[in-house]
Amino acid sequence: MRPALSADAMRLAIPALSLTVLLAGVFWLQPRAMSYVGLNLLFNLAVPIALATIAQMLIMAVNDLDLSMGTFVSFVACVTATFLRDAPLLGTLILAGAVLVYAVLGVVIHLRDLPSIVVSLGMSFVWGGLAVLLLPAPGGQAPDWARALMTTKPPLAPIAIIASIVIALVAHLLVMRSSLGVLIRGVGGNERSVERAGWSVLAARAAAYGLAGFFAVLAGIALVGLTTSADANIALRYTLLSIAGVILGGGEFIGGRVSPVGAVIGALTLTLAGSFLSFLRISPDWQIGAQGVILIIVLALRLFLNRVEKREKGQ
Amino acid sequence: MRMLDRVARKPWIWSWVAAFVVWFATIMVTGGASTLDLSQAALTFAAFSIIVGIGQMFVITLGPGNVDLSVPSTMTLAGTVALKLMDVDNAMILAGLGVAVLIGIGVGILNYALIKALRIPPIIATLSMSFIVQSAAIWTNRGLRIKPPNFLADFTIANTLGIPNVAIIALVISVIAWFLLERTIYGRWISAIGQSMPAAKMAGIPVDGTRFVTYVFCAVLASLAGYLLACFSGGAALNMGTEYLLMSIAVVVLGGTAVAGGDSNVPGIWGASLFMFLVVSMLNTYGLGAGIRLIMTGLIIISVIMLAGGRQPGVR
Repeated sequence: MRPALSADAMRLAIPALSLTVLLAGVFWLQPRAMSYVGLNLLFNLAVPIALATIAQMLIMAVNDLDLSMGTFVSFVACVTATFLRDAPLLGTLILAGAVLVYAVLGVVIHLRDLPSIVVSLGMSFVWGGLAVLLLPAPGGQAPDWARALMTTKPPLAPIAIIASIVIALVAHLLVMRSSLGVLIRGVGGNERSVERAGWSVLAARAAAYGLAGFFAVLAGIALVGLTTSADANIALRYTLLSIAGVILGGGEFIGGRVSPVGAVIGALTLTLAGSFLSFLRISPDWQIGAQGVILIIVLALRLFLNRVEKREKGQ
Repeated sequence: MRMLDRVARKPWIWSWVAAFVVWFATIMVTGGASTLDLSQAALTFAAFSIIVGIGQMFVITLGPGNVDLSVPSTMTLAGTVALKLMDVDNAMILAGLGVAVLIGIGVGILNYALIKALRIPPIIATLSMSFIVQSAAIWTNRGLRIKPPNFLADFTIANTLGIPNVAIIALVISVIAWFLLERTIYGRWISAIGQSMPAAKMAGIPVDGTRFVTYVFCAVLASLAGYLLACFSGGAALNMGTEYLLMSIAVVVLGGTAVAGGDSNVPGIWGASLFMFLVVSMLNTYGLGAGIRLIMTGLIIISVIMLAGGRQPGVR
């Protein structure tokens, strides 16, 4: 009897495979990318996207969806490039307040039984407005420590890779191994049974939202560390990217079925898709479109592997 | 009294009340001087959200996870290609309209093909599709801004009996949508699918066919809105659809359609679309900056959903 892969491992195998294939494609097209500097350049923009994807994943774990992720990360980026640099204490307070707002949103959504899509839609206007107030024009400057952190050159592997591994590990421990993580996923799986087991669904949802806010704040800081300045529209695409990353990584919209390691891999895949296309010398007109095609191919691959898995189980 | 009670229980009433309150608050400031202008502008701009919103509403009615994210790029592509084809020639107006509708049908078919063939959640399928459609729009547009034919440009800006022409078109579409939804078997089918897909399947409803038609319908309305918007604003721009992504979802939900699907209504779309425009113009009248305006818009959306929400326990 051959050792069968567990369903969870299978869930992870597909995103990992797509990432490997893409990476092989990039190396084949541009062998010079196979170096310390090359890898860092390929992946450094993936770090903030991975953090935002983890944040979105936490929200999706409780069966909700956050449409304000992009504007929130932009807002955090604006705070980081202004207050966090000039008045670190005030900046920290603002960001802590923003995380608190996220937790409160979780409470409100739960208590009033509101659709998360609409509430986060409304919040996306609020964060966008605050960001425009802070930085009406692109500007600001990254705090030196954020810049230093994102540009360090550790031995062995570039910072982008190390950061992605650390993010995946921390998120994995938090979501898959801690009792809070189990509780959060339980709310997504079956809210009523979690409640009957004596847990507070309210607290779980608030915790999920608060943690999501925290990861999104990290995403904003990491982004400014890379770009050195901020802009009110800097991260608008993160809303869709983060949702796509979670799904690419094997997560589902409902049922609390998420995979933190998969989500990080999904974010890396999405980032790499962009580089892959520029190496292919595709006309810039079609770059966005080709990204869509890659997304479709990866999902088709997932369907195919899922079918293979089912057939093997059936035997 | 009984009648009042019945009206108050309609899900769409809140958006109408909100729209009226904001309208009133605005004309109070201007002293009633620009009441007619404001109302006409509101109807004109709301018309575009209404057309897109109705399509989105049909899709959202299909149940959880059904949202069409390709609406903005479909609008852009339809507007760009139609204007390019018409090339300022009045004789080509119908041909342009035909091409716009064909683009809508094409995008709708591809959307549903992805959803069905790859079993991708509709959000991701339409998102991937929107990337491809957006690229096609960039490719055809090439940064050129072609003017619409004179007749069409005049028609979209003009009024008939004091009512903007685009609002009349939106009204016609709304009546058709209302009829489809409330008076035909198709409307019953999409509500049934939205309430429970397995149950609908067992009841013998052609689930695939119904969903397919709905996605095509939504894309066609989006391309129609793109066509009209491009003519109204004097040319197609690559970013002209962007704001309609969130707008189309917002008007549907504020209008009282259940986000979880299975329950929709057309009048609410009108109330919500008027409301969304009026809020912005009210805050403009008060002379507030872009930042404050955005924040207020967001807070108002949240307050409306908090007031109107909670009436359907167990729905998220």
